[in-house]
Amino acid sequence: MEQTYAIELKNITKEYDGVRVLNNINISIRKNEFLTLLGPSGCGKTTTLRIIGGFEQPTEGRVIFEGEDITTLPPYERQINTVFQKYALFPHMNIFDNIAFGLKIKKVPKDEIETRVKEMLRLVNLEGFEYRSVDSLSGGQQQRVAIARALVNEPKVLLLDEPLGALDLQLRKDMQIELKNMQKRVGITFIYVTHDQEEALTMSDTIVVMDKGTIQQIGSPVDIYNEPNNAFVAKFIGESNIVDGIMHEDYVVEFAGKVFKCIDKGFDKKEKVDVVIRPEDLEIVSPDDGPIKGVVTSVTFKGVHYEMIVKGSNIDWMVHSTIMKPVGTEIGLRVLPENIHVMKKVND
Amino acid sequence: MKIKWASYPYVLWMIIFIIVPLGLVLLSSLTIGEGVGLGNLGFTLDNFRKFFENEYYVEVLWASVNLALKSTVISLLLGYPMAMIIAREKIEKRNIMVLLIVIPMWMNFLLRTYAWLTLLGKNGFINTIVTKLGFEPLDLIYNDRAVLLGMVYNFLPFMILPIYSVLTKIDNSLIEAAEDLGANKFNVFTKVIFPLSIPGIITGITMVFMPAVSTFVISKLLGGGQYMLIGNLIERQFIEIGDWHFGSAVSIIMMVFILITMAITNKFDVDKEGGGGLW
Repeated sequence: MEQTYAIELKNITKEYDGVRVLNNINISIRKNEFLTLLGPSGCGKTTTLRIIGGFEQPTEGRVIFEGEDITTLPPYERQINTVFQKYALFPHMNIFDNIAFGLKIKKVPKDEIETRVKEMLRLVNLEGFEYRSVDSLSGGQQQRVAIARALVNEPKVLLLDEPLGALDLQLRKDMQIELKNMQKRVGITFIYVTHDQEEALTMSDTIVVMDKGTIQQIGSPVDIYNEPNNAFVAKFIGESNIVDGIMHEDYVVEFAGKVFKCIDKGFDKKEKVDVVIRPEDLEIVSPDDGPIKGVVTSVTFKGVHYEMIVKGSNIDWMVHSTIMKPVGTEIGLRVLPENIHVMKKVND
Repeated sequence: MKIKWASYPYVLWMIIFIIVPLGLVLLSSLTIGEGVGLGNLGFTLDNFRKFFENEYYVEVLWASVNLALKSTVISLLLGYPMAMIIAREKIEKRNIMVLLIVIPMWMNFLLRTYAWLTLLGKNGFINTIVTKLGFEPLDLIYNDRAVLLGMVYNFLPFMILPIYSVLTKIDNSLIEAAEDLGANKFNVFTKVIFPLSIPGIITGITMVFMPAVSTFVISKLLGGGQYMLIGNLIERQFIEIGDWHFGSAVSIIMMVFILITMAITNKFDVDKEGGGGLW
């Protein structure tokens, strides 16, 4: 059976005054998927979201909604709702009227509006807030009203544009879990935009990493973390040591003046590559046991682990370990072949 | 709150130029006597009685209110779309358009109104063209319409600017949110843009209605001598008849009337904004 996707973006390109901000974007989003567009600011993730919402028209390419082309449809004719970055609640209406806005426009009967709004308020844990004014709510509460206002319309797809950006850390973490649970409960497709990689890893089924208007990688959080496509993704998702290396032959790579076994293949002989090693994959051993030698130059306590900078020959290694070595200690570093990620150099 | 030293000059200014003159007007309206003086300082309500007992004066008041209301409504109907058009433009174009609205205000109010005389008069610009084309000359001046035109022309910027300023402050994401929730252009306007622009409308109405109801220059120039509004009535008491006491009384009546109108419009504003945000 042919699977129909909730949303398909086909060859989407967007230019502003001749400047290309989106470059040939292709994404297929399954129904009930939690998909995150992740990237630094200016990477085009919000523009992509706005094209799906109908607030921007792509210069080229199509937006397909459940098999139907909706590229030119205005926002109010799409079965898609958005949670905006700054909530965009209507200041001249109380909470009830804010949430009921979409239903009133669709001329839903009054008592049905009443029950559905109440139901939504229960879902977002704001029972009894019906007649409060927008100003009297905290950021987190306003956020939840914005989500309720979108969800009450029973959209097929919900777009969320950095909805947790304005909240403090603890609230953000709570809301991440809450949002994920909500998505499972209501069973609709979430397309989520963020620049916070931790948020993306926590919540998503699929992450789309973007940079400079181009998709860098699409995959599950685990894939993206463990098998980054290129140095950009590796650097953006979690912390990484990225060093220059040379591929001698399949499964053999040289970096830091030493030759290592690895699990990558398919490079040219003597091809220059980026070697990515996660800080937690570097194992501290005695100086004689490690292929890499160095001196600890700084130690920072990070809670669960210590972050140490180890100065080797020409390279500063970032090491995460639960074992602390004081500054000035000479140590060796070891890394398993499967934790060495060899990537093609990006030309820039 | 304590009055800081810095506020003293303003307090002094207000006492000398607002409170004392207002007190004098009130005092003058409550006394009778000859000419400029305060008379025999016997308090009396005769001046007010004189106003309300004479049908003619009350009619003048209503005519003024009527005309001011009409000019306010016309200014609103013209000004609101204008403000919306400007608010939607890009910033550079917007500034030029606002400048074009403001530039005529740099010219003296009297001169601007005189200019209409040469346009509308029997041998004015418009009628010259009309007669050249072989038609009868039109009756353009010294009537209600001419006064109305003068009022709208002079006070329209005071309607446009406050509405424009409120409209530009409406967060675009609110409009997008409304569209997102299924509102078409019409619904976006009636449910979001218009309600949010009410404070600007209130300011605009106040700023047009107040000078319109009290004007005497426009009605004098474009209405001809025979045209009497409350402003002309007051002017005549002071300049021609020399009854300062009655003139003051009429001024007080007009002021009270304006205060009442403002209170009503402000009440409307608070009701609309509602939601308990204010109190």
